[in-house]
Amino acid sequence: MITEIGHLALILALVVAILQSSLPLYGAAQNRAALMQFARHAAIGQLGLVLLAFLATTYAFVVSDFSVMLVANNSHSAKPMLYKITGVWANHEGSLLLWILILAVFGAMVAGFGRNLPPTLRARVLAVQAMIAVGFIAFTLFSSNPFTRLWPPPIDGKGLNPLLQDPGLAFHPPFLYFGYVGFSITFSFAIAALIEGRVDPAWARWVRPWTLWAWCGLTFGIALGSWWAYYELGWGGFWFWDPVENASFMPWLAGTALLHSAIVVEKRDALKSWTILLAIVAFSLSLIGTFLVRSGVLTSVHAFATDPARGVFILVLLVIAIGGSFALYAVRAPTLKGGGLFQPISREGALVLNNLGLTVALATVFLGTMYPLFLDAMGSGKVSVGPPFFNSSFVPIMVPVLVAMAIGPQLAWKRGDLAGALGRLWAAFGAAAGIAMGGMLLTGGGDILAVLGLAVVGFVLMGVAIEWAERVRLFQAPLAESWRRARAIPRAAYGMSIAHSGIALVMLAIIATTVWRTEVIQVMRAGEQVNVAGYEFAFEGVRDLNGPNYQAQRGTFQVARNGRFVATLEAEKRFFPVENQATTEAAIHTTWFADLYAVVGDPDGSGGWTVRLYHNPMVPWIWIGAVVMVMGGLVSLTDRRHRVGAPATRRRRAIDHGMPQAAGD
Amino acid sequence: MTRKRRRLFVVLLGMATLGIAAALVLFAFEDNLVFFYSPSDVAEREIKPGQRIRVGGLVEAASLQRTPASPEVSFAVTDMRRSLKIVYTGILPDLFREGQGIVAEGTLRPDGAFEARSVLAKHDENYMPPEVADSLKRAGVWQHREPQQDASGKARP
Repeated sequence: MITEIGHLALILALVVAILQSSLPLYGAAQNRAALMQFARHAAIGQLGLVLLAFLATTYAFVVSDFSVMLVANNSHSAKPMLYKITGVWANHEGSLLLWILILAVFGAMVAGFGRNLPPTLRARVLAVQAMIAVGFIAFTLFSSNPFTRLWPPPIDGKGLNPLLQDPGLAFHPPFLYFGYVGFSITFSFAIAALIEGRVDPAWARWVRPWTLWAWCGLTFGIALGSWWAYYELGWGGFWFWDPVENASFMPWLAGTALLHSAIVVEKRDALKSWTILLAIVAFSLSLIGTFLVRSGVLTSVHAFATDPARGVFILVLLVIAIGGSFALYAVRAPTLKGGGLFQPISREGALVLNNLGLTVALATVFLGTMYPLFLDAMGSGKVSVGPPFFNSSFVPIMVPVLVAMAIGPQLAWKRGDLAGALGRLWAAFGAAAGIAMGGMLLTGGGDILAVLGLAVVGFVLMGVAIEWAERVRLFQAPLAESWRRARAIPRAAYGMSIAHSGIALVMLAIIATTVWRTEVIQVMRAGEQVNVAGYEFAFEGVRDLNGPNYQAQRGTFQVARNGRFVATLEAEKRFFPVENQATTEAAIHTTWFADLYAVVGDPDGSGGWTVRLYHNPMVPWIWIGAVVMVMGGLVSLTDRRHRVGAPATRRRRAIDHGMPQAAGD
Repeated sequence: MTRKRRRLFVVLLGMATLGIAAALVLFAFEDNLVFFYSPSDVAEREIKPGQRIRVGGLVEAASLQRTPASPEVSFAVTDMRRSLKIVYTGILPDLFREGQGIVAEGTLRPDGAFEARSVLAKHDENYMPPEVADSLKRAGVWQHREPQQDASGKARP
């Protein structure tokens, strides 16, 4: 019964979405207030209906209603409650439902908080948003219906892939979707602006908070996914340049570029059509990402759909959405008038450099991800592109972007003084040179690239600190004066500093763990000891035990350093009888500056076990750095100019511009 | 600076960046494209030892051998026409089983065996990596098996 109500609600949501995608557009063209107003009510009604459908599915999972095919295929009565609930989106149909739900939430937020938007713009944004909803709801209903019944119902379900029964992965999709779908709003704003034929600083101010929200969600989602891969897959790595990872990374790169170019539109009224293009690209890449992981083109944990019809449906959706928006862009973009002029050496120039670097880096990732698919589709052989490709194309392109990250904020808008900026950064150059020299001495001239990378990290971190110190005139003015200035700096500027430090931390950790990791693979018997990067791992053997829905073999290591106890590591191999699958549970002890990581493999038949032990220096800082980046985004969102739907009035803006260096985000 | 000059500057900068990127990508492609071969391909074509490739097929029954007191394992993969010995040091993926399809990445040794640096297997017991399915089809021994469960996974060493 409840399942049927959910089904009905989703059908009604489709009808509402169809109306919402057409009537307000007509209303905006004819300037009919009632029709434009309809978009708001429709968006909120749509949220209610989609929420009902989502809750109905969740209910079926919670009570383990195996007469629903989706539940029978993906759940099991013995599964812990947390994974029954997260199991809703750990499958193809349910994850689409989550996609649609988040889409509806964003739509309703525009409807609810967008009171300050010009009515025509709001009506058009909501209409475009509804078009996306029509596509996805239709896809769900016609090719991946979560409400299909199964008769006769099986006694129990088939269970959920044990790899997905994990807190890290349970919450990875919602955050990722939050990011993907968040870009749908900026996309809708971009399309609406193209229809309207007007892009101005006010438009950019409405778009920026949404971009920031989406960016924060995507950053966190990618970090969660990489953390999960690190501890669950037992390879000790955190990023594999796997097509599925790239699929989420590409929208992130585009979104990061959009975040920065929207600043130029807001502050200087320039780069308008470029920003519109980026908004379209960011969402197109989100769609492509969804297509790649959902169509079964790629082989991974994410590839749920093995039904080719679904792949074709998403492909058609993709062609309509991307083709249509690019066609509209081609027709309307030339009518957008360019605004403020600037010198190459200026804040705008630095942001252009940032955008160029990010988009070109994005292009290399795109090429590396799509080329094997393309070759395969042409029937010219199976090829794979691995990490070495990305390391030698993506990484060098990003280095200038990172250097510009420290210099850019030192430059003034319109016309910057590069010599002055570099002069102010003398301490950063000093730090970089010091790190480079010290690193060379310590490593004996080996790992030159790693040492140079760390020097860049030092440069960026010092650059961020100097920029802040300059703003508050630290040690140049009395401390009370600095304190007053520190409090007057806009939150968005703090957000930038925090996010930039986060990037530097992530880089630091990636360099350190890639270059200085220690790995030991060998067969060990109970009682044996092995030294890994100065830590003594004593193996105590393997014993059997039972978990709630699995059986495990647990290998125990006592780790000591210089004779002092450090940690007990318990690595497991788990076998899930319902799903007939095994998983590896790595044991990890973190000292914050490094992780000790142990995996137990197969017995050799004569009392020994293959084990894999790692010492991963700095690796936790990858995720700490990512969290710092997200915090930067959130701090920036608390800036009152960024409050969703509450753009500053003219009077407030005047105050902002009166503040010392207020234009700094 | 006029609008025209600004545009020229942006275009030039863009071209320069794109040019550098294109060069980097081409160089990277030259060295880092990894081709997939079936055991028959490996036997029939001249593949230089030391060249990084991927091979795949079904793990032959009773071919898995462990070296006592060493993490080295060896097994054979087959496309039902030819088989290829694979040597690997490390922990095999959780769902590595005889009779199942796997893909290994590594290099050929001068003695003809394949030294794998990573072994990939899907986490669904019925699943067949697409490359393997394809080479079995070409060898004419493919029987279509309906995937029983949708969610699947992958493991590396």
